[in-house]
Amino acid sequence: MSYGVRSPGRAQIEQKTLRQDRWWLYPAVTFTVFMAFIVYATWRAFAGHDYYSAPYLSPFYSPCLGSCVKGSSDFGQPFGWWPLSAALIVLIFPLGFRMSCYYYRKAYYRSFWLSPPACGVAEPHTKYTGESRFPLILNNIHRYFFYAAVLVAVVLSYDAVLAFRDATGHWGHMGLGTLVLVVNVVLIWAYTLGCHSCRHAVGGRLRHFSKHPLRYKAWTLVSKLNANHARYAWLSLFSVALADLYVYLLAIGAFSDPRFF
Amino acid sequence: MGYDLRLRVWRGDRSGGQLGDYSVPVEEGEVVLDAIHRLQATQAGDLAVRWNCKAGKCGSCSAEINGRPRLMCMTRLSDFEESETITVTPVRTFPVIRDLVTDVSFNYEKAKQVPAVKLTPRDPDGKRRMMQVDVERGQEFRKCIECFLCQNVCHVVRDHEENKEAFAGPRHFLRYAELDMHPLDTHDRRKLAQDVAGLGMCNITKCCTEVCPEGIHITDNAIIPMKERVVDRKFDPVTWLGSKIGRRDPRDEV
Ligand code: SF4
Ligand code: SF4
Ligand code: FES
Ligand code: FES
Repeated sequence: MSYGVRSPGRAQIEQKTLRQDRWWLYPAVTFTVFMAFIVYATWRAFAGHDYYSAPYLSPFYSPCLGSCVKGSSDFGQPFGWWPLSAALIVLIFPLGFRMSCYYYRKAYYRSFWLSPPACGVAEPHTKYTGESRFPLILNNIHRYFFYAAVLVAVVLSYDAVLAFRDATGHWGHMGLGTLVLVVNVVLIWAYTLGCHSCRHAVGGRLRHFSKHPLRYKAWTLVSKLNANHARYAWLSLFSVALADLYVYLLAIGAFSDPRFF
Repeated sequence: MGYDLRLRVWRGDRSGGQLGDYSVPVEEGEVVLDAIHRLQATQAGDLAVRWNCKAGKCGSCSAEINGRPRLMCMTRLSDFEESETITVTPVRTFPVIRDLVTDVSFNYEKAKQVPAVKLTPRDPDGKRRMMQVDVERGQEFRKCIECFLCQNVCHVVRDHEENKEAFAGPRHFLRYAELDMHPLDTHDRRKLAQDVAGLGMCNITKCCTEVCPEGIHITDNAIIPMKERVVDRKFDPVTWLGSKIGRRDPRDEV
Protein backbone atom coordinates (compact mmCIF):
# COMPACT_ATOMS: atom_id res chain seq x y z
CA MET A 1 0.00 0.00 0.00
CA SER A 2 1.29 3.43 -0.80
CA TYR A 3 0.61 6.02 1.86
CA GLY A 4 1.93 9.34 3.09
CA VAL A 5 3.99 11.22 0.52
CA ARG A 6 3.48 8.29 -1.86
CA SER A 7 -0.32 8.46 -1.68
CA PRO A 8 -2.18 8.18 -4.99
CA GLY A 9 -2.58 11.49 -6.79
CA ARG A 10 0.58 13.07 -5.45
CA ALA A 11 3.72 13.54 -7.51
CA GLN A 12 5.35 10.12 -7.68
CA ILE A 13 8.73 10.42 -6.04
CA GLU A 14 10.42 7.34 -4.65
CA GLN A 15 12.53 8.98 -1.93
CA LYS A 16 10.84 9.58 1.43
CA THR A 17 12.78 12.80 1.65
CA LEU A 18 15.01 14.71 -0.74
CA ARG A 19 16.68 16.68 2.01
CA GLN A 20 20.46 16.59 1.80
CA ASP A 21 21.37 18.60 4.87
CA ARG A 22 22.04 17.03 8.25
CA TRP A 23 18.39 16.97 9.32
CA TRP A 24 19.06 13.98 11.58
CA LEU A 25 21.37 16.01 13.81
CA TYR A 26 18.71 17.65 15.99
CA PRO A 27 16.78 14.43 16.72
CA ALA A 28 20.00 12.46 17.24
CA VAL A 29 21.50 14.96 19.67
CA THR A 30 18.21 15.41 21.51
CA PHE A 31 17.73 11.68 21.85
CA THR A 32 21.26 11.17 23.16
CA VAL A 33 21.18 14.00 25.68
CA PHE A 34 17.70 13.15 26.98
CA MET A 35 18.63 9.48 27.33
CA ALA A 36 21.76 10.43 29.25
CA PHE A 37 19.68 12.66 31.53
CA ILE A 38 17.06 9.95 32.06
CA VAL A 39 19.69 7.36 32.99
CA TYR A 40 21.47 9.77 35.34
CA ALA A 41 18.28 11.06 36.95
CA THR A 42 16.86 7.56 37.43
CA TRP A 43 20.01 6.42 39.17
CA ARG A 44 20.15 9.49 41.40
CA ALA A 45 16.43 9.53 42.19
CA PHE A 46 16.34 5.88 43.25
CA ALA A 47 19.67 5.98 45.07
CA GLY A 48 18.29 7.68 48.18
CA HIS A 49 21.70 8.71 49.53
CA ASP A 50 24.41 11.35 49.08
CA TYR A 51 21.91 14.10 48.31
CA TYR A 52 22.81 16.43 51.15
CA SER A 53 26.06 18.03 52.12
CA ALA A 54 25.46 20.86 54.56
CA PRO A 55 24.34 23.43 53.65
CA TYR A 56 23.50 22.15 50.18
CA LEU A 57 20.52 20.00 49.27
CA SER A 58 20.30 18.41 45.83
CA PRO A 59 17.42 19.83 43.76
CA PHE A 60 16.28 16.27 43.02
CA TYR A 61 15.50 15.82 46.71
CA SER A 62 13.98 19.18 47.49
CA PRO A 63 11.76 19.50 49.44
CA CYS A 64 12.92 16.42 51.31
CA LEU A 65 9.68 15.05 52.74
CA GLY A 66 10.58 11.40 53.41
CA SER A 67 12.85 10.12 56.15
CA CYS A 68 15.73 12.27 55.01
CA VAL A 69 19.16 12.74 56.53
CA LYS A 70 19.56 15.19 59.38
CA GLY A 71 19.39 18.83 58.35
CA SER A 72 17.95 18.26 54.90
CA SER A 73 14.22 18.52 55.71
CA ASP A 74 13.25 22.16 55.93
CA PHE A 75 9.57 21.41 55.57
CA GLY A 76 9.26 18.51 58.01
CA GLN A 77 8.89 14.86 57.12
CA PRO A 78 5.18 14.22 56.49
CA PHE A 79 6.16 11.19 54.43
CA GLY A 80 8.54 9.77 57.00
CA TRP A 81 6.93 6.35 56.53
CA TRP A 82 7.76 6.33 52.81
CA PRO A 83 10.04 3.31 52.32
CA LEU A 84 11.70 4.39 49.07
CA SER A 85 13.93 7.29 48.09
CA ALA A 86 12.52 10.67 49.14
CA ALA A 87 13.20 12.04 45.67
CA LEU A 88 10.38 9.96 44.24
CA ILE A 89 7.77 11.82 46.31
CA VAL A 90 8.47 15.21 44.73
CA LEU A 91 10.10 14.42 41.39
CA ILE A 92 6.76 13.53 39.88
CA PHE A 93 5.95 17.26 39.66
CA PRO A 94 9.00 18.50 37.74
CA LEU A 95 8.84 15.32 35.67
CA GLY A 96 5.20 15.86 34.76
CA PHE A 97 5.90 19.53 34.09
CA ARG A 98 8.65 18.76 31.61
CA MET A 99 6.90 15.80 30.03
CA SER A 100 3.86 17.96 29.24
CA CYS A 101 5.86 21.11 28.34
CA TYR A 102 5.13 22.31 24.83
CA TYR A 103 8.82 22.49 24.01
CA TYR A 104 9.70 19.07 25.39
CA ARG A 105 6.71 17.65 23.56
CA LYS A 106 8.13 18.93 20.30
CA ALA A 107 11.54 17.55 21.23
CA TYR A 108 10.41 14.06 22.14
CA TYR A 109 7.84 13.72 19.38
CA ARG A 110 10.62 14.49 16.96
CA SER A 111 13.52 12.57 18.45
CA PHE A 112 11.91 9.64 20.26
CA TRP A 113 8.76 9.07 18.25
CA LEU A 114 10.08 10.41 14.92
CA SER A 115 6.76 12.05 14.33
CA PRO A 116 8.23 13.68 12.30
CA PRO A 117 12.01 13.28 12.71
CA ALA A 118 12.50 16.55 10.82
CA CYS A 119 10.45 18.79 8.55
CA GLY A 120 9.80 17.26 5.17
CA VAL A 121 11.13 13.90 6.31
CA ALA A 122 8.47 11.19 6.29
CA GLU A 123 7.57 9.66 9.63
CA PRO A 124 7.65 5.86 9.93
CA HIS A 125 4.11 5.44 11.33
CA THR A 126 1.13 4.42 9.24
CA LYS A 127 -1.45 5.86 11.66
CA TYR A 128 -1.45 9.17 13.45
CA THR A 129 -3.92 10.89 15.79
CA GLY A 130 -1.59 13.32 17.53
CA GLU A 131 -2.79 14.68 20.84
CA SER A 132 -6.47 14.09 20.15
CA ARG A 133 -6.69 10.77 22.01
CA PHE A 134 -5.61 9.08 25.22
CA PRO A 135 -2.86 9.09 26.41
CA LEU A 136 -1.41 12.15 24.67
CA ILE A 137 -4.59 14.15 25.21
CA LEU A 138 -3.48 14.27 28.86
CA ASN A 139 -0.84 16.79 27.84
CA ASN A 140 -3.68 19.30 27.96
CA ILE A 141 -3.40 19.43 31.75
CA HIS A 142 0.03 21.05 31.47
CA ARG A 143 -1.15 24.18 33.30
CA TYR A 144 -1.71 22.21 36.51
CA PHE A 145 1.87 21.02 36.39
CA PHE A 146 2.85 24.63 35.84
CA TYR A 147 1.17 25.66 39.08
CA ALA A 148 3.04 22.86 40.90
CA ALA A 149 6.29 23.87 39.19
CA VAL A 150 5.97 27.39 40.60
CA LEU A 151 5.85 25.89 44.10
CA VAL A 152 8.89 23.75 43.32
CA ALA A 153 10.77 26.82 42.08
CA VAL A 154 9.87 28.65 45.30
CA VAL A 155 11.27 25.79 47.36
CA LEU A 156 14.46 25.69 45.28
CA SER A 157 14.83 29.44 45.77
CA TYR A 158 14.55 28.88 49.51
CA ASP A 159 17.30 26.24 49.26
CA ALA A 160 19.50 28.68 47.38
CA VAL A 161 19.00 31.27 50.13
CA LEU A 162 19.84 28.70 52.80
CA ALA A 163 23.06 27.99 50.92
CA PHE A 164 24.28 31.35 52.19
CA ARG A 165 24.61 29.74 55.63
CA ASP A 166 27.62 27.64 56.41
CA ALA A 167 27.57 23.98 57.44
CA THR A 168 26.87 24.93 61.05
CA GLY A 169 23.93 27.16 60.17
CA HIS A 170 25.57 30.60 60.39
CA TRP A 171 24.73 33.21 57.78
CA GLY A 172 27.25 35.04 55.64
CA HIS A 173 28.78 32.13 53.78
CA MET A 174 29.18 31.53 50.12
CA GLY A 175 30.83 28.60 48.48
CA LEU A 176 30.98 27.31 44.95
CA GLY A 177 27.97 25.19 45.88
CA THR A 178 26.00 28.35 46.68
CA LEU A 179 26.78 29.69 43.23
CA VAL A 180 25.76 26.39 41.65
CA LEU A 181 22.39 26.41 43.43
CA VAL A 182 21.76 30.09 42.63
CA VAL A 183 22.53 29.69 38.93
CA ASN A 184 20.33 26.63 38.84
CA VAL A 185 17.37 28.34 40.44
CA VAL A 186 17.67 31.36 38.14
CA LEU A 187 17.55 29.06 35.12
CA ILE A 188 14.64 27.13 36.62
CA TRP A 189 12.70 30.38 37.04
CA ALA A 190 13.53 31.48 33.51
CA TYR A 191 12.24 28.17 32.24
CA THR A 192 9.16 28.05 34.48
CA LEU A 193 7.99 31.62 33.88
CA GLY A 194 8.52 31.30 30.13
CA CYS A 195 5.97 28.47 30.05
CA HIS A 196 3.23 28.78 27.44
CA SER A 197 0.58 28.07 30.07
CA CYS A 198 2.03 30.87 32.18
CA ARG A 199 1.92 33.17 29.17
CA HIS A 200 -1.71 32.24 28.69
CA ALA A 201 -2.64 32.62 32.35
CA VAL A 202 -1.03 36.00 32.95
CA GLY A 203 -2.63 37.66 29.95
CA GLY A 204 -2.67 35.51 26.86
CA ARG A 205 -6.23 34.38 27.43
CA LEU A 206 -7.55 37.95 27.30
CA ARG A 207 -9.28 39.39 24.27
CA HIS A 208 -8.87 42.99 25.43
CA PHE A 209 -5.38 43.86 26.58
CA SER A 210 -6.50 47.48 26.75
CA LYS A 211 -8.76 46.73 29.71
CA HIS A 212 -5.98 45.00 31.68
CA PRO A 213 -2.81 47.09 31.41
CA LEU A 214 -0.97 45.26 34.19
CA ARG A 215 -1.69 41.84 32.79
CA TYR A 216 -0.69 43.11 29.37
CA LYS A 217 2.63 44.20 30.81
CA ALA A 218 3.09 40.80 32.47
CA TRP A 219 2.20 39.06 29.22
CA THR A 220 4.79 41.15 27.38
CA LEU A 221 7.49 40.15 29.87
CA VAL A 222 6.55 36.48 29.87
CA SER A 223 6.48 36.55 26.07
CA LYS A 224 10.12 37.59 26.08
CA LEU A 225 11.09 34.62 28.23
CA ASN A 226 8.78 32.44 26.20
CA ALA A 227 10.63 33.26 22.99
CA ASN A 228 13.69 31.60 24.56
CA HIS A 229 11.78 28.78 26.18
CA ALA A 230 13.63 26.00 24.35
CA ARG A 231 16.99 27.43 25.38
CA TYR A 232 15.98 27.61 29.04
CA ALA A 233 14.53 24.11 28.83
CA TRP A 234 17.96 22.82 27.89
CA LEU A 235 19.99 25.04 30.19
CA SER A 236 17.87 24.27 33.23
CA LEU A 237 18.02 20.56 32.44
CA PHE A 238 21.80 20.73 32.52
CA SER A 239 21.93 22.97 35.55
CA VAL A 240 19.65 20.77 37.64
CA ALA A 241 21.72 17.68 36.81
CA LEU A 242 24.97 19.52 37.51
CA ALA A 243 23.68 20.89 40.81
CA ASP A 244 22.77 17.38 41.85
CA LEU A 245 26.12 16.03 40.71
CA TYR A 246 27.92 18.75 42.62
CA VAL A 247 26.12 17.91 45.85
CA TYR A 248 26.74 14.22 45.22
CA LEU A 249 30.47 14.75 44.80
CA LEU A 250 30.61 16.81 48.00
CA ALA A 251 28.57 14.20 49.86
CA ILE A 252 30.85 11.32 48.91
CA GLY A 253 33.85 13.45 49.82
CA ALA A 254 35.34 13.68 46.33
CA PHE A 255 36.50 17.20 47.18
CA SER A 256 35.53 19.96 49.55
CA ASP A 257 33.48 22.98 48.59
CA PRO A 258 35.69 25.97 47.60
CA ARG A 259 34.63 28.87 49.80
CA PHE A 260 34.39 32.47 48.60
CA PHE A 261 33.63 34.01 52.00
CA MET B 1 30.01 35.55 -12.55
CA GLY B 2 27.67 33.16 -14.29
CA TYR B 3 27.98 29.39 -14.21
CA ASP B 4 26.13 26.31 -15.38
CA LEU B 5 23.73 25.13 -12.71
CA ARG B 6 22.90 21.46 -12.48
CA LEU B 7 19.18 21.25 -11.94
CA ARG B 8 16.93 18.25 -11.32
CA VAL B 9 13.27 18.96 -11.86
CA TRP B 10 10.33 16.66 -11.38
CA ARG B 11 8.39 16.24 -14.62
CA GLY B 12 5.12 14.39 -14.87
CA ASP B 13 1.47 14.36 -13.96
CA ARG B 14 -1.01 12.23 -12.02
CA SER B 15 -0.18 9.14 -14.03
CA GLY B 16 3.49 9.25 -13.12
CA GLY B 17 6.71 11.12 -13.57
CA GLN B 18 10.39 11.31 -12.72
CA LEU B 19 13.22 13.68 -11.95
CA GLY B 20 14.82 15.06 -15.10
CA ASP B 21 18.43 16.29 -15.21
CA TYR B 22 19.24 19.66 -16.78
CA SER B 23 22.08 22.11 -17.00
CA VAL B 24 21.05 25.77 -17.00
CA PRO B 25 23.27 28.84 -17.29
CA VAL B 26 22.62 31.21 -14.39
CA GLU B 27 23.90 34.60 -13.27
CA GLU B 28 25.02 35.93 -9.95
CA GLY B 29 22.17 37.17 -7.76
CA GLU B 30 19.54 34.95 -9.29
CA VAL B 31 16.97 32.82 -7.51
CA VAL B 32 15.71 29.31 -8.18
CA LEU B 33 12.68 30.64 -10.04
CA ASP B 34 15.00 32.45 -12.50
CA ALA B 35 16.70 29.16 -13.29
CA ILE B 36 13.34 27.44 -13.74
CA HIS B 37 12.19 30.21 -16.08
CA ARG B 38 15.38 29.95 -18.15
CA LEU B 39 14.92 26.21 -18.31
CA GLN B 40 11.37 26.76 -19.54
CA ALA B 41 12.47 29.37 -22.08
CA THR B 42 15.41 27.48 -23.54
CA GLN B 43 15.04 23.73 -23.03
CA ALA B 44 11.67 22.64 -21.69
CA GLY B 45 8.98 24.81 -23.24
CA ASP B 46 6.18 22.70 -21.82
CA LEU B 47 7.39 22.87 -18.19
CA ALA B 48 4.43 23.79 -15.98
CA VAL B 49 5.20 26.22 -13.16
CA ARG B 50 2.99 28.60 -11.21
CA TRP B 51 4.26 32.04 -10.26
CA ASN B 52 3.10 35.61 -10.17
CA CYS B 53 4.99 38.26 -8.27
CA LYS B 54 8.60 37.10 -8.03
CA ALA B 55 8.70 39.03 -4.79
CA GLY B 56 7.59 36.52 -2.17
CA LYS B 57 4.19 38.11 -1.84
CA CYS B 58 1.70 36.16 -3.93
CA GLY B 59 2.44 32.69 -2.55
CA SER B 60 2.16 30.99 -5.95
CA CYS B 61 5.64 29.56 -6.46
CA SER B 62 5.69 27.10 -3.55
CA ALA B 63 7.79 24.02 -4.26
CA GLU B 64 10.30 21.77 -2.57
CA ILE B 65 13.93 22.61 -3.10
CA ASN B 66 16.35 19.90 -2.05
CA GLY B 67 13.48 18.43 -0.09
CA ARG B 68 12.64 21.63 1.81
CA PRO B 69 9.37 23.45 1.24
CA ARG B 70 10.26 26.95 0.01
CA LEU B 71 9.21 29.74 -2.32
CA MET B 72 11.20 29.42 -5.54
CA CYS B 73 11.35 33.17 -5.97
CA MET B 74 12.84 33.71 -2.51
CA THR B 75 15.46 30.97 -2.64
CA ARG B 76 18.79 32.43 -3.71
CA LEU B 77 21.19 30.36 -5.75
CA SER B 78 23.96 31.78 -3.60
CA ASP B 79 22.60 29.65 -0.72
CA PHE B 80 24.03 26.64 -2.57
CA GLU B 81 27.49 25.63 -3.75
CA GLU B 82 28.00 26.18 -7.47
CA SER B 83 28.92 22.52 -7.80
CA GLU B 84 25.73 21.39 -6.04
CA THR B 85 22.79 19.88 -7.93
CA ILE B 86 19.56 21.59 -6.96
CA THR B 87 16.49 19.36 -6.95
CA VAL B 88 13.09 21.00 -7.43
CA THR B 89 9.85 19.05 -6.99
CA PRO B 90 6.23 20.07 -6.60
CA VAL B 91 4.90 20.18 -3.03
CA ARG B 92 4.26 16.61 -1.95
CA THR B 93 1.11 16.90 0.13
CA PHE B 94 -1.35 17.99 -2.55
CA PRO B 95 -2.36 16.21 -5.75
CA VAL B 96 -0.10 17.04 -8.65
CA ILE B 97 -1.57 18.56 -11.81
CA ARG B 98 1.54 18.75 -13.93
CA ASP B 99 5.25 19.22 -13.28
CA LEU B 100 5.62 21.79 -10.49
CA VAL B 101 1.93 22.69 -10.33
CA THR B 102 -0.31 21.11 -7.70
CA ASP B 103 -3.99 21.32 -6.86
CA VAL B 104 -4.23 23.22 -3.58
CA SER B 105 -8.03 23.30 -3.34
CA PHE B 106 -7.83 21.36 -0.04
CA ASN B 107 -6.87 24.66 1.56
CA TYR B 108 -9.81 26.57 0.12
CA GLU B 109 -12.26 23.87 1.20
CA LYS B 110 -10.89 24.08 4.73
CA ALA B 111 -11.11 27.87 4.70
CA LYS B 112 -14.85 27.62 4.06
CA GLN B 113 -15.28 25.70 7.31
CA VAL B 114 -14.15 28.59 9.51
CA PRO B 115 -17.22 30.60 10.52
CA ALA B 116 -16.72 34.25 9.60
CA VAL B 117 -16.48 37.05 12.09
CA LYS B 118 -19.71 38.36 13.64
CA LEU B 119 -19.10 41.75 15.16
CA THR B 120 -20.75 43.39 18.16
CA PRO B 121 -23.32 46.13 17.37
CA ARG B 122 -22.00 49.54 16.37
CA ASP B 123 -21.48 52.31 18.87
CA PRO B 124 -24.33 54.92 18.99
CA ASP B 125 -22.44 57.16 16.56
CA GLY B 126 -22.39 54.36 14.01
CA LYS B 127 -18.73 53.55 14.41
CA ARG B 128 -16.88 50.56 15.74
CA ARG B 129 -13.89 51.10 17.98
CA MET B 130 -10.96 48.85 18.72
CA MET B 131 -7.85 49.69 20.71
CA GLN B 132 -4.50 49.33 18.99
CA VAL B 133 -3.09 46.85 21.56
CA ASP B 134 -6.13 44.65 21.09
CA VAL B 135 -5.70 44.30 17.34
CA GLU B 136 -1.93 44.10 17.27
CA ARG B 137 -1.74 40.45 18.16
CA GLY B 138 -3.77 39.27 15.23
CA GLN B 139 -1.90 41.50 12.85
CA GLU B 140 1.05 39.11 12.72
CA PHE B 141 -1.25 36.45 11.32
CA ARG B 142 -2.49 38.73 8.56
CA LYS B 143 0.94 38.69 7.00
CA CYS B 144 0.05 35.26 5.65
CA ILE B 145 0.42 35.13 1.86
CA GLU B 146 -1.34 31.78 1.54
CA CYS B 147 1.59 29.99 0.00
CA PHE B 148 0.39 26.87 1.88
CA LEU B 149 3.94 25.76 2.57
CA CYS B 150 2.92 25.23 6.18
CA GLN B 151 -0.03 23.10 5.08
CA ASN B 152 2.32 21.15 2.86
CA VAL B 153 5.01 20.47 5.44
CA CYS B 154 2.62 19.53 8.23
CA HIS B 155 3.18 15.83 8.81
CA VAL B 156 -0.40 15.36 10.02
CA VAL B 157 -1.59 15.42 6.42
CA ARG B 158 1.68 15.12 4.53
CA ASP B 159 2.31 11.67 5.97
CA HIS B 160 -1.35 10.69 6.44
CA GLU B 161 -3.68 11.29 3.54
CA GLU B 162 -6.58 9.94 5.61
CA ASN B 163 -6.24 12.83 8.08
CA LYS B 164 -7.14 15.45 5.47
CA GLU B 165 -10.80 14.97 6.30
CA ALA B 166 -10.42 15.88 9.95
CA PHE B 167 -7.57 18.39 9.92
CA ALA B 168 -7.64 22.01 8.77
CA GLY B 169 -3.93 22.72 9.11
CA PRO B 170 -1.72 25.49 10.49
CA ARG B 171 -2.79 28.20 8.06
CA HIS B 172 -6.35 27.86 9.34
CA PHE B 173 -5.26 27.61 12.96
CA LEU B 174 -3.91 31.12 12.38
CA ARG B 175 -7.42 32.12 11.42
CA TYR B 176 -9.03 30.47 14.45
CA ALA B 177 -6.51 32.17 16.72
CA GLU B 178 -6.91 35.55 15.07
CA LEU B 179 -10.68 35.44 15.45
CA ASP B 180 -10.52 34.13 19.00
CA MET B 181 -8.30 37.10 19.89
CA HIS B 182 -10.52 39.55 17.99
CA PRO B 183 -11.78 42.27 20.34
CA LEU B 184 -15.21 42.60 18.72
CA ASP B 185 -16.09 39.13 17.49
CA THR B 186 -19.04 37.42 19.17
CA HIS B 187 -18.43 33.85 18.04
CA ASP B 188 -16.75 31.29 20.22
CA ARG B 189 -14.99 28.79 17.94
CA ARG B 190 -12.91 27.01 20.53
CA LYS B 191 -14.88 23.79 20.47
CA LEU B 192 -14.98 23.89 16.70
CA ALA B 193 -11.21 24.35 16.50
CA GLN B 194 -10.74 21.14 18.44
CA ASP B 195 -13.59 19.03 17.08
CA VAL B 196 -13.85 20.11 13.45
CA ALA B 197 -10.49 21.67 12.60
CA GLY B 198 -8.53 18.96 14.40
CA LEU B 199 -6.33 21.20 16.53
CA GLY B 200 -5.68 18.24 18.82
CA MET B 201 -3.93 16.40 16.01
CA CYS B 202 -1.18 18.98 15.86
CA ASN B 203 1.71 17.83 18.02
CA ILE B 204 3.40 21.27 18.00
CA THR B 205 6.53 19.99 16.28
CA LYS B 206 6.82 23.41 14.62
CA CYS B 207 7.54 22.53 11.00
CA CYS B 208 4.93 25.06 9.90
CA THR B 209 6.86 27.77 11.71
CA GLU B 210 10.13 26.54 10.23
CA VAL B 211 8.97 26.92 6.63
CA CYS B 212 6.77 30.02 6.80
CA PRO B 213 8.29 32.56 4.39
CA GLU B 214 6.60 35.39 6.26
CA GLY B 215 8.26 34.36 9.49
CA ILE B 216 4.94 34.08 11.32
CA HIS B 217 5.38 32.35 14.67
CA ILE B 218 2.55 30.01 13.80
CA THR B 219 3.11 27.50 16.60
CA ASP B 220 4.09 29.82 19.45
CA ASN B 221 1.72 32.68 18.78
CA ALA B 222 -1.31 31.01 17.22
CA ILE B 223 -1.47 27.23 17.71
CA ILE B 224 -0.29 27.00 21.31
CA PRO B 225 -2.39 29.99 22.49
CA MET B 226 -5.34 28.41 20.68
CA LYS B 227 -4.65 25.06 22.36
CA GLU B 228 -4.61 26.85 25.70
CA ARG B 229 -7.93 28.49 24.86
CA VAL B 230 -9.37 25.09 24.00
CA VAL B 231 -8.14 23.81 27.36
CA ASP B 232 -10.06 26.69 29.01
CA ARG B 233 -13.19 25.58 27.24
CA LYS B 234 -12.86 21.79 27.29
CA PHE B 235 -10.28 20.40 29.69
CA ASP B 236 -9.87 22.75 32.62
CA PRO B 237 -12.87 22.48 34.95
CA VAL B 238 -11.80 25.49 37.00
CA THR B 239 -11.70 28.06 34.18
CA TRP B 240 -14.78 26.54 32.61
CA LEU B 241 -16.69 26.95 35.84
CA GLY B 242 -15.35 30.49 36.27
CA SER B 243 -16.59 31.49 32.85
CA LYS B 244 -20.04 30.05 33.57
CA ILE B 245 -20.50 31.67 36.97
CA GLY B 246 -19.47 35.19 36.02
CA ARG B 247 -20.55 34.77 32.40
CA ARG B 248 -17.36 36.60 31.66
CA ASP B 249 -17.34 35.23 28.16
CA PRO B 250 -20.50 36.48 26.48
CA ARG B 251 -19.76 34.95 23.08
CA ASP B 252 -21.98 32.41 21.37
CA GLU B 253 -20.55 29.03 20.66
CA VAL B 254 -20.69 28.14 16.97
S1 SF4 C 1 3.21 22.46 14.61
FE1 SF4 C 1 1.28 21.38 14.30
S2 SF4 C 1 0.31 22.41 12.57
FE2 SF4 C 1 2.48 23.02 12.59
S3 SF4 C 1 3.46 21.55 11.21
FE3 SF4 C 1 3.64 20.72 13.27
S4 SF4 C 1 1.87 19.37 13.56
FE4 SF4 C 1 1.45 20.67 11.77
S1 SF4 D 1 1.19 30.89 7.39
FE1 SF4 D 1 3.13 31.22 6.36
S2 SF4 D 1 3.58 29.24 5.42
FE2 SF4 D 1 1.43 29.20 5.96
S3 SF4 D 1 0.34 29.87 4.14
FE3 SF4 D 1 0.68 31.69 5.40
S4 SF4 D 1 2.59 32.57 4.67
FE4 SF4 D 1 2.49 30.46 3.87
S1 FES E 1 7.00 24.54 30.63
FE1 FES E 1 7.35 24.48 28.51
S2 FES E 1 5.43 25.17 27.85
FE2 FES E 1 5.05 25.07 29.92
S1 FES F 1 6.17 34.27 -7.31
FE1 FES F 1 4.92 35.26 -5.84
S2 FES F 1 5.67 34.36 -4.02
FE2 FES F 1 7.04 33.56 -5.49
